[in-house]
Amino acid sequence: MDLRLTEDEIAFRAEVRAFVRDNLPASIREKTVAGRRLSKDDYERWTRILAAKGWGAPHWPQEWGGAGWSPVQLSIFLDETQRGNAPEPVAFGVSMVGPVIYTFGSKAQKQRFLPRIIDLSDWWCQGFSEPGAGSDLASLRTSARCDADEWVISGQKTWTTMAQYADWIFVLARTNAQAKKQEGISFFLVDMKTPGITVKPIQTIDGGHEVNEVFFDDVRVPADALVGEENRGWDYAKFLLANERNGIARVGVSKARLDRVRQLASIPVYGSGAKIEDPFFRAKLAEVEVELKALEMTQMRVISAPRTGKPDPASSVLKIKGSEIQQATTDLLMEVVGPYALPYRESDDMSNEPPVGPDWASPLAPIYFNNRKVSIYGGSNEIQRSIIAKAILGL
Amino acid sequence: MDFELNPEQELLRDNVARLMKDRYGFEARKTFQASPHGWSEALWRDYAELGLLGAPFAEADGGFDGGAVETMIVMEQFGRALALEPYLQTVVLCGGLLKHGASDKQRAELIGAIAAGELRLSFAHMEKQSGFDLNDVATSAVKDGGGGFVLNGEKTLVGQGDSADKLIVSARVSGERRDRDGIGLYLVDANAPGVNRRGYPTQDGQRAAEIGFADVRVAPHDVLGAPNGALPIIERAVDETIAALAAEAVGAMSEALTMTVDYLKTRKQFGVTIGSFQALQHRAADMTVALEQARSMMYLAAMMADEDDAGERTKTMSAVKAQVGRSAKFIGQQAVQMHGGIAMTYEYKAGHLFKRLTMIDTAYGDADVHVRRLADRTSLFA
Repeated sequence: MDLRLTEDEIAFRAEVRAFVRDNLPASIREKTVAGRRLSKDDYERWTRILAAKGWGAPHWPQEWGGAGWSPVQLSIFLDETQRGNAPEPVAFGVSMVGPVIYTFGSKAQKQRFLPRIIDLSDWWCQGFSEPGAGSDLASLRTSARCDADEWVISGQKTWTTMAQYADWIFVLARTNAQAKKQEGISFFLVDMKTPGITVKPIQTIDGGHEVNEVFFDDVRVPADALVGEENRGWDYAKFLLANERNGIARVGVSKARLDRVRQLASIPVYGSGAKIEDPFFRAKLAEVEVELKALEMTQMRVISAPRTGKPDPASSVLKIKGSEIQQATTDLLMEVVGPYALPYRESDDMSNEPPVGPDWASPLAPIYFNNRKVSIYGGSNEIQRSIIAKAILGL
Repeated sequence: MDFELNPEQELLRDNVARLMKDRYGFEARKTFQASPHGWSEALWRDYAELGLLGAPFAEADGGFDGGAVETMIVMEQFGRALALEPYLQTVVLCGGLLKHGASDKQRAELIGAIAAGELRLSFAHMEKQSGFDLNDVATSAVKDGGGGFVLNGEKTLVGQGDSADKLIVSARVSGERRDRDGIGLYLVDANAPGVNRRGYPTQDGQRAAEIGFADVRVAPHDVLGAPNGALPIIERAVDETIAALAAEAVGAMSEALTMTVDYLKTRKQFGVTIGSFQALQHRAADMTVALEQARSMMYLAAMMADEDDAGERTKTMSAVKAQVGRSAKFIGQQAVQMHGGIAMTYEYKAGHLFKRLTMIDTAYGDADVHVRRLADRTSLFA
């Protein structure tokens, strides 16, 4: 047992850190640090910088553009890019549908889609949740029926993140209404420009527009839109949801946010001085750091364990604790911003209106509100607890 | 980075686990607890035979060249069984003081005796006024003019101090009561003239002693290291002890969780096993998360226990102790809650796991104490 990073791993960390420092455009970094929303162009720009370096999809098999790194290297990469305030990869392509395609897709699907995911030539979104199918995803009702050599998809998806930017959507749809609910679902790849698809924005409590409703009104797609076998879509979906154990904890994101908390807490703004001088605040900050330190090790333990190809219930531990810590870091941001959490800015686009309070204050309350989502999406923390109870404890 | 044990370490773990399974059932523990020492001499001999008592010491000193990982492996198994023997005091804490503070000659003599199972040591350090401040030492050491010292003072809560053969005593040769400089370490025969010991049971089934020192003479060869510069050595040994306690706690927590889950699977109410209730399933899941977080800190502690940079080491150990303390309290309390009445009984193991976990949190500063220390330091991610 040797828990220290090897010399090679330390050198690798330095390489990634330097790359992010030297190549992340300043305008993007400033937005990420401040907690302002990134544009589509920001994501594309950074993804293409990574792709040009060969780091667009490092966890993929090398034959499809992966970097051939060890799990520890992958973890270092994520941690350094997150803490370096780089935009997070658009997960729907590179972390979700990409692995499904290279694992279960046809040769033609692999060749067509995988290269365009890596550099974000195709922006993907996820058509899983429905108004009546959230935690109980398998009860979904969107249907796909065979008509000649086409599939006809009808129904509604919701919580579709960044569908407004997407070129493609991967969709779970029911292809056999008679089968047990998990056994009648298939997995489709659908061009967002197909007639019959309508995207409607959902505004979230922070005022932002991240998620959407996506309506399918007799959307006709070719036969080769189906991934793998008909009625096996639930297996692919489970694979997809469990595949992302590396990164689910978002340790680097929390580290970067704690950096920001410390930085802002050191600015004396109001009251008796800088927040960081308050020992009670520092104790709360220390509590979060302790949990994050432990989570960092937990993540290392999980990713160092041999991969079995099956869903790993340890991912649920990472998800629960990672989301709790992310939310705790936003609690601290709220404390730092204090009374100037109050003013609401309709948009990030800098209007000519001067900010009320310190110029760094306005994005912080939205970050706090927005981060309530992290214990809800990707299988709510209650679902994760049930997975642990069943799969780890045998209850 | 590699979390795998090597073959020797796996063998060590399996050997200790087998010994505990065969010899340290909860009924056997009750017998050991009721014996005069409050622990088993027979098991102590087994530990010596298995090489546990010399595990973390250098071969040159009479040990088996292990380190913090070996201590972690042993302590985790001891934690599961709620072992009572003075391993932590003798091998980890006093062993650490000897490793870092004693001369070659002293180490050769004392560590060899520890490894052979012939010498039990306790560290007489804490005093009534000191709380968790390791620098707070009022017990005095005065030069006797012949290279030796004379000790006077009172030590409190000395773990297994009533059954120890020898004591390592911290005492002040110079400075004010809370000065960092001026503290020395002295080896004293537990039955030496002027040593007055009063032993008593502790909440966790172990024993401790109040020990008075009245004009106790220490020969020159029993002075450990420089008589005024022992605090860094004490801090280092205590950090190693915190790492070992983390492993003991993880063992006790995982035993508590295992017992709880077994109980949920067998106990029936309302015509079904209570483990079918989601409220209890989710609580058990939270216990799992708390255990895994503590286990991660156990590994981090083992990694950092050998760290020479004292600042980084103590900072990490504070983080370890805080996380382990939080997890131990949650898991201990929930294990009792989910068992219901049976865990309130003295005869059942779950309650004793809870009690030991509670005392581990308190030892060397509970979670709040360590969070407060971290609050005054730079970031853990600096």
